[in-house]
Amino acid sequence: MKSLFDKLWDDHVITRRDDGAALLWVDRHYVHEGSHHAFARLAERGLPVAQPALTVGVADHYVPTRRDGGAVDADIARMIDTLTRNAGRHDLRFFGLGDRRQGIVHVMGPEQGLTLPGMLVVCGDSHTSTHGGLGAYGFGIGATEVAHVLATQTIWQKKPRRLRLSFTGRAAPGVGAKDMALHWISVLGADGARGHAVEYAGEAVRALSVEGRLTLCNLSIEGGARCGMVAPDAVTLDWLRGRSFAPTGDAFDRAAETWLALASDTGAVFDREERVDMADVAPIVTWGTSPEDAAPITATVPDPARAPKAQAPRIAEALDYMGLRAGQPLTSVAVDQVFIGSCTNGRIEDLRAAAAVLAGRRAKVPGLVSPGSTLIKAQAEAEGLDRVFLDAGLEWVEAGCSMCVGMNGDLVAPGKRCASSTNRNFRGRQGPGARTHLMSPAMVAAAAVTGHLADVRPLLEGRT
Amino acid sequence: MSGWAHHDGLAVGLARENIDTDQLIPARFMSAPRNAGYGRFLLHDLRGEPGFALDDPAAKGASVLVARRNFGGGSSREAAVYALVDAGFRAVIAPSFGDIFAGNAVNNGLLPARVTTGAAEALLACLPAALAIDLAAQTIALGDLTLSFDIDPIWKTKLLNGWDDIDLTASYRAEIAGYAKARRGAAPWVWPNETRGDPAPTTGSDQ
Ligand code: SF4
Repeated sequence: MKSLFDKLWDDHVITRRDDGAALLWVDRHYVHEGSHHAFARLAERGLPVAQPALTVGVADHYVPTRRDGGAVDADIARMIDTLTRNAGRHDLRFFGLGDRRQGIVHVMGPEQGLTLPGMLVVCGDSHTSTHGGLGAYGFGIGATEVAHVLATQTIWQKKPRRLRLSFTGRAAPGVGAKDMALHWISVLGADGARGHAVEYAGEAVRALSVEGRLTLCNLSIEGGARCGMVAPDAVTLDWLRGRSFAPTGDAFDRAAETWLALASDTGAVFDREERVDMADVAPIVTWGTSPEDAAPITATVPDPARAPKAQAPRIAEALDYMGLRAGQPLTSVAVDQVFIGSCTNGRIEDLRAAAAVLAGRRAKVPGLVSPGSTLIKAQAEAEGLDRVFLDAGLEWVEAGCSMCVGMNGDLVAPGKRCASSTNRNFRGRQGPGARTHLMSPAMVAAAAVTGHLADVRPLLEGRT
Repeated sequence: MSGWAHHDGLAVGLARENIDTDQLIPARFMSAPRNAGYGRFLLHDLRGEPGFALDDPAAKGASVLVARRNFGGGSSREAAVYALVDAGFRAVIAPSFGDIFAGNAVNNGLLPARVTTGAAEALLACLPAALAIDLAAQTIALGDLTLSFDIDPIWKTKLLNGWDDIDLTASYRAEIAGYAKARRGAAPWVWPNETRGDPAPTTGSDQ
């Protein structure tokens, strides 16, 4: 009676130490510009990369999203250059600027079939939990661990506790994976799943496309989980068939058999069980400076005076930073700009969902739309989505992390308020003093056309 | 990295929850090489805010930081730990930590000591002040106050010994090679071989 996570774990254990730590095999290691510290450590010790064939380099965090010949900041150019040189030196498969397959690591990896069910996937990036959407065991690691994986293709881990999070019932119109994620994080807290491997289960999860599952698993880390995962099923197989690095023909069918067997056995034991009734999940926005500060769009900004005493100071501090009044309706909060993109919501379905709201409408505020990968950009253009964004008055730019973290210079100015399809509303995340409200791409589109936080549902009437 | 068992130092309090890694070090500073020193980036954008504890002259030379729950949540950036270590910190005491942050901390000799919410509040009430940490006994002593803290036993051993994982792992070379061979047989698709041209980005339906 094993759970999905037990199977993934057991499949990767090389050896165990007396103190309980296990040495695990890494099937796929993604590196990006931020991995420079780890490569420097490797160089210091004169070590080679143990398994170059299993290591994949991607330029995403620092890439300029406006590549029309303008000068690139020297610091940014150096970061991309360092990665390019390290990938070359160690003979890694590399998706750099100018590659049609380049994109955000957690978007392009699955898209290329470089991440497959049953794999153990690591990357020096906390949103590596995303890859669990395909039934992989994906988790983020720090630079010391990146160096260790580069040098040994293994990692020491203590087995996390198992948490099954079941979503019962079906999603109402206008409600999607992003809302499901923000909902559970608001209920359990930003450290609610700390130390746990989360398996998402239930009817509403089964009903999600792979894109939706990737979004759901992406946000696992915002609830403090070590990783998140969805058992592979027919939806997963359909999505993977034909991807560049996925097996083909009989080899795919043989692999598929192994992948389907990963599902939790009936009667599998979990250390903890949580349940969410989909009837409680509405379109959600965040109002504060942690993803746990989330509420249905129909709610009001919380009042520290009415909050439990322990929470009051934090809420007051968040409202102060966010420039919000206690008790004001969330729909009365005017925004200055919008952003659609990131590894959370930069996939083709996200762009379609936003375009469905924007079609035939004008945005009242400026905004940026950055697809999660260059291939998604091409796909969106083939579908005419770029025209919808441009006609609405938004900017349509190249693929990268962009305004999710602002490392490439796409920043929100101090004091400005951004409706964003990203994953972190931390103070200063989108730039010093920036105010971020997280929501689904459809909700970002609703904020764009109304100029304030808005319920997307009326705007969808007669459209979907 | 060398191990340590005891630390006596000045503790300073940061009475906030959810001090995430973006606050510990804003993203724009992360391109600096490690030897440039990260201490000056620590909590950079909170500096200068009225009453910010680390700006207090009495906090100068502090080596222990006490905070509220979910310290170091967020991104995996080890630079958040570099900033603390380079600024002279040896331990952070809080009711809960981001998992990746805590692992990174241990890899750099920085102790993430988990205490109850009550213990954290008791400490916060009397800081800044000198305190003593006994890692082996898992205790914190401040004046008459002695508190115990939690730390994963694996991390504790590592902090005490100052192990370097790469060297440790090298002693398992034969096991790793054996596993790799078996993995290749059982899951050949793990070793990627590009099979065809660019796929369509999705076959999923509208959601
Ligand atoms: S899009 Fe944002 S969260 Fe995702 S990998 Fe890039 S910076 Fe990290």
